[in-house]
Amino acid sequence: MNISNVATAPSREVSFARRVFDLGKNSLRELNQALHNLAPGSNETAWEVLNPKGSHSVAVGVDQPVSIDVRGSVGYYCAGMNDGGTITVHGSAGPGVGENMMSGQIVVKGDASQYAGATGRGGLLVIEGNASSRCGISMKGIDIVVRGNIGHMSAFMAQSGNLVVLGDAGDALGDSIYEAGLFVRGKVKSLGADCIKKEMRPEHIALLQDLLDRAGIKDAKPEEFSRYGSARTLYNFNIDNADAY
Amino acid sequence: MCGIVGLFLKDKSLEPKLGALLSEMLVSLTDRGPDSAGIAIYDSGAAGHGKITIQSSTPKADFEGLEVELSKKIGAKVSSIVKSTHAVLDVPADKLEEARAAIAELRPNVRLMGVGEAIEIYKEVGLPADVVKRFDLARMGGSHGIGHTRMATESAVTTLGAHPFSTGPDQCLVHNGSLSNHNNLRRELIRDGMRFETENDTEVAAAYLSSKIAHGQNLGEALQSSLDDLDGFFTFVVGTKNGFGVVRDPIACKPAVMAETDQYVAFGSEYRALANLPGIEEARVWEPEPSTVYFWEH
Repeated sequence: MNISNVATAPSREVSFARRVFDLGKNSLRELNQALHNLAPGSNETAWEVLNPKGSHSVAVGVDQPVSIDVRGSVGYYCAGMNDGGTITVHGSAGPGVGENMMSGQIVVKGDASQYAGATGRGGLLVIEGNASSRCGISMKGIDIVVRGNIGHMSAFMAQSGNLVVLGDAGDALGDSIYEAGLFVRGKVKSLGADCIKKEMRPEHIALLQDLLDRAGIKDAKPEEFSRYGSARTLYNFNIDNADAY
Repeated sequence: MCGIVGLFLKDKSLEPKLGALLSEMLVSLTDRGPDSAGIAIYDSGAAGHGKITIQSSTPKADFEGLEVELSKKIGAKVSSIVKSTHAVLDVPADKLEEARAAIAELRPNVRLMGVGEAIEIYKEVGLPADVVKRFDLARMGGSHGIGHTRMATESAVTTLGAHPFSTGPDQCLVHNGSLSNHNNLRRELIRDGMRFETENDTEVAAAYLSSKIAHGQNLGEALQSSLDDLDGFFTFVVGTKNGFGVVRDPIACKPAVMAETDQYVAFGSEYRALANLPGIEEARVWEPEPSTVYFWEH
């Protein structure tokens, strides 16, 4: 046994220490650069961000499976483009939280402003409060679970993924929707163009149960939700005519 | 973009800090609009007194001797405080209209910023931090106020193009967005007797509200009417002698966040503007709904 190897082994206390960035002292650029500098397999997996005070672009572009706790409310585009990170905002989030997320998970403990999860391609966005207008606009594979209500024009032009709402939805839900699944437990103020109520079949119950489980929601049953989706009457593309395009 | 802020104090003990709090809120939104900035601040002075805020690009020449000349002209005592390019004249409340007409005659180059019993308006081209410093706004007290940092879209970058716009006694308005039917509305309002000093769309919104109020609506009703008659994007924050209101258009794509505690109601285009207010951690924070009028009064 080579004793010296043990003696010179990296100090685990340091390697696994939680990295803390205080945005009252460190710049946002320092935080995001440090996150971008993470190499695959890095041991620096736990991060904490203090005093965000509504800063924009906190933890944008994370591409490693790290866990980041943001203590306070953030401004625009928090956790945008997240690819594999687990980012928790212990406060509210401004416009565009999780915009274009690829994978991973974002949890907002408070409310989220406009276009939460816009254009997201994967991963799970959980909003424990309410979300504002255009939640999930043009979503392309992301799953979004909102415990509260969502505002008007949510899931506008949604293409893929699922939007689950435990509360109510505002005007024009799913306007011009393509193929995403919308599940609302409360009232829907109005449906947008080409969005219709659909039957809840066993596979939808199973899908919804999985989403609720992953979002850590235990007090809602899939059977309590209504499903909405595309009537496909706005589709102009016909595969038989592909040569003509 | 533009950044707007507003603070309506419920707790009188905060009143000496109003200017400091509003200034900090405004400066925090500098990157939403770095071309000009302005603040309207409400502080009711002694009963029976009125205030006229004027602006001049040649303040030394225009403000010199104005107190004496104006006093003679309206037959009443006039005093003034000069701050950089602005002066606030103190005249008897029942002589406000007379004094306003006399100023136009005595100093035709002077621009009228606001008239009323409580309102003072300070606005200039430049970064919010510079504007705030120039008028020493951080040392001002008051009961409520609104502010604006501008990124010009619909009209020129000039002092008069800066917000707030005041088109009626103790009324003022700041705006984030742009109106698409302002030219037509301006023509209608001119026929109705309103006066305009700029080509700015926001001035039309302010004049629209003043006109509705002049026709007997209260501010809440006037704001409700604006949702039917104004076309475009808007988040408005308005001030009256003792009130503070907010309204957003039906699309509501311009950002807005509000906070309320026992001490105050605050508005910001972004949460950043509210982040340093006292007790914000415990405040009720929410995003105002589209097409919904919010209003508080003392």
